[in-house]
Amino acid sequence: MRPTRWGARSTLRAERSPCNSKLGENMTKTLLLAAAAAMSMGLPAFGDSHGDGPVKAGFVYVGPIGDGGWTYEHHQGLLAVEEHFGDKVETVYQESVPEGADAERAMTQMALQGADIIFTTSFGYMDPTINVAANFPDVKFEHATGYKRADNVSTYSARFYEGRAVQGHIAGKMTKTNKIGYIASFPIPEVIRGINSAYIHAKKANPDVEMSVIWVYTWFDPPKEADAAKALIDNGVDVVLQHTDSTAPQAAAAEAGVISFGQASDMSEYAPLPRVSSIIDNWAPYYIARVQAVMDGTWESVDIWDGIGPGMVEIGEISDAVPADVKAEAEALRDAIASGEYHAFTGPLNKQDGSPWLAEGETADDGTLLGMNFYVEGITGEIPN
Amino acid sequence: MDLGSINPVLLISALLLASTPILLAAMGELVVEKSGVLNLGVEGMMIVGAVSGFMAAVESGSPALGFLAAAAAAAVLALLFGVLTQVLLSNQVATGLGLTLFGLGISSLMGQGYVGIRPPASPRLDLPVLSELPVVGPVLFSQHALVYLSLAAVAGVWWYLRSTRSGLILRAVGESHEAAHALGYSVLGTRLAAIAFGGALAGLGGACLSLVIVPQWTEGMTAGRGWIALAIVVFGSWRAWRVLLGAYLFGGVSVLQLNLQAAGIAIPVELLSMSPYLITILVLVIISSDKRRAQANAPNSLGRTFHASG
Repeated sequence: MRPTRWGARSTLRAERSPCNSKLGENMTKTLLLAAAAAMSMGLPAFGDSHGDGPVKAGFVYVGPIGDGGWTYEHHQGLLAVEEHFGDKVETVYQESVPEGADAERAMTQMALQGADIIFTTSFGYMDPTINVAANFPDVKFEHATGYKRADNVSTYSARFYEGRAVQGHIAGKMTKTNKIGYIASFPIPEVIRGINSAYIHAKKANPDVEMSVIWVYTWFDPPKEADAAKALIDNGVDVVLQHTDSTAPQAAAAEAGVISFGQASDMSEYAPLPRVSSIIDNWAPYYIARVQAVMDGTWESVDIWDGIGPGMVEIGEISDAVPADVKAEAEALRDAIASGEYHAFTGPLNKQDGSPWLAEGETADDGTLLGMNFYVEGITGEIPN
Repeated sequence: MDLGSINPVLLISALLLASTPILLAAMGELVVEKSGVLNLGVEGMMIVGAVSGFMAAVESGSPALGFLAAAAAAAVLALLFGVLTQVLLSNQVATGLGLTLFGLGISSLMGQGYVGIRPPASPRLDLPVLSELPVVGPVLFSQHALVYLSLAAVAGVWWYLRSTRSGLILRAVGESHEAAHALGYSVLGTRLAAIAFGGALAGLGGACLSLVIVPQWTEGMTAGRGWIALAIVVFGSWRAWRVLLGAYLFGGVSVLQLNLQAAGIAIPVELLSMSPYLITILVLVIISSDKRRAQANAPNSLGRTFHASG
């Protein structure tokens, strides 16, 4: 009897094939093909009541609900929907759904099992949402932070950049090394807007400020986020801003004794230091309103982009580690943005290459902001493609 | 371009620590695979180690107890895999994947009450006098205990597999379990021991993340490191020192590229961020390019089920 050696060879093949791109992700993909099947079988069995029964709302999350940031806040929205409607609503959610083909499967499954409205809560779900929505014209889809819509696909997002302005101001005032750092996820307009807004207001508060940006190409990878924070700190940064979903950078900042800001969620467990303030995404009112619209039969495809004013973006309490005058300025800035008196992108502003963008007193239009793919003048480095 | 802001001492220090979780998990998996068992549950064992170690450290206030608990909990989980695959003869690939899913699920259940808590600090191990030396001191003699432990594990595994009787038996079991069985060696006992050892090291790697590197508990925090460890074992062609090289390359280039970005060096970010994967694969493929020798090193019985009745 000859040993077949299938085990050894199949391992080799599985791991050698992805040589042309990222080892880690492809490993995961190749080896997880079976796991994907297993996972979809392991989904909770949804009831199939539809029609007269409760409205069923589905939520697709990019991270775990315990990330303490982005997904956590979306899940708070789901809980608010449940509390508001009680028996009239049924909710389902799936966590840690990768952006891409897996997302289509997750959405399709929810739609097949009777969801009336599905919230897809990450930018990378944009095309999957559009694709699946085309197959299920009777199901309403709500895609967060994207720009593609259809008759049954709405988009909603928050003007996080308004919160970034407040953070930038505090960062500029608080830095002693005049170096602030920004942990960026993916080079998409939403992230670039945040970087620009933070930089503009840091620079206004402190003309000597410099900003380092690290692109980590992930929304959620706590050890990598922590390593990025440490790399910034090792390079002299003493204020860390993050546009990733976990609290790992907060822990790194705490250890190094520098300042950070809560992202997407208050992250108040890290207050008063290192977390001196935060941006909180408050999705609950929107989710309740949209589920209500489905119940009433008044749901229409909309494009919602709300900021501090309507309460979709909240500024978490500015801690006592911030001097009183800086805190007062930051709150005044917040209130001016909320009332519409001040726009976070107000000229004169040049693009990074020095070409004029906004003239004195001119404010950016939403179209430019939604497609923002350039840095403003003064930021060093290039935006990856 | 400004390389001046990168401090090489801090960089190497960060690199050693960042590579440690992957190195520990890969060393464990190396021994498991050498015994002829393919355990794809590394990710699950790491995350269970991460959460158990975190909970034990928080409850007891002692990081050392945390690490012990992490190793123990992950070893227990690994033994579950061991019983299923070795005693009940289930399929190793499916069971291993199941172990990962199970580990991810149960860890988030266990960690419910531990989100947002800070663990007791695990201090660096400052060796007296030596850590005062310029440059070499902070790099070599002022690391966290787990860094030394992981290096000891590499040396230990290398020596064990190469020079001990029991290591030889383990390799024999991995090469041909029928022959080993016919010679009177316990295939089952050897494999279960290897599986438990692999689990313990994976658990330590996980605890290194939750207690030292991040340090906090977040669901899903291993974020694929278990899969990287698995890959490094294969690309390192089942040799302890190559696995060490692979883990340090991967961890090192990952940290280095973040530092280069922070320093604002003018290399496209796309290149930098894929560099850990590219460089690790390239180097390991090149040094393992002699196909015959690499294959000779792959355990012959890897992934095959064994039943004494033949």
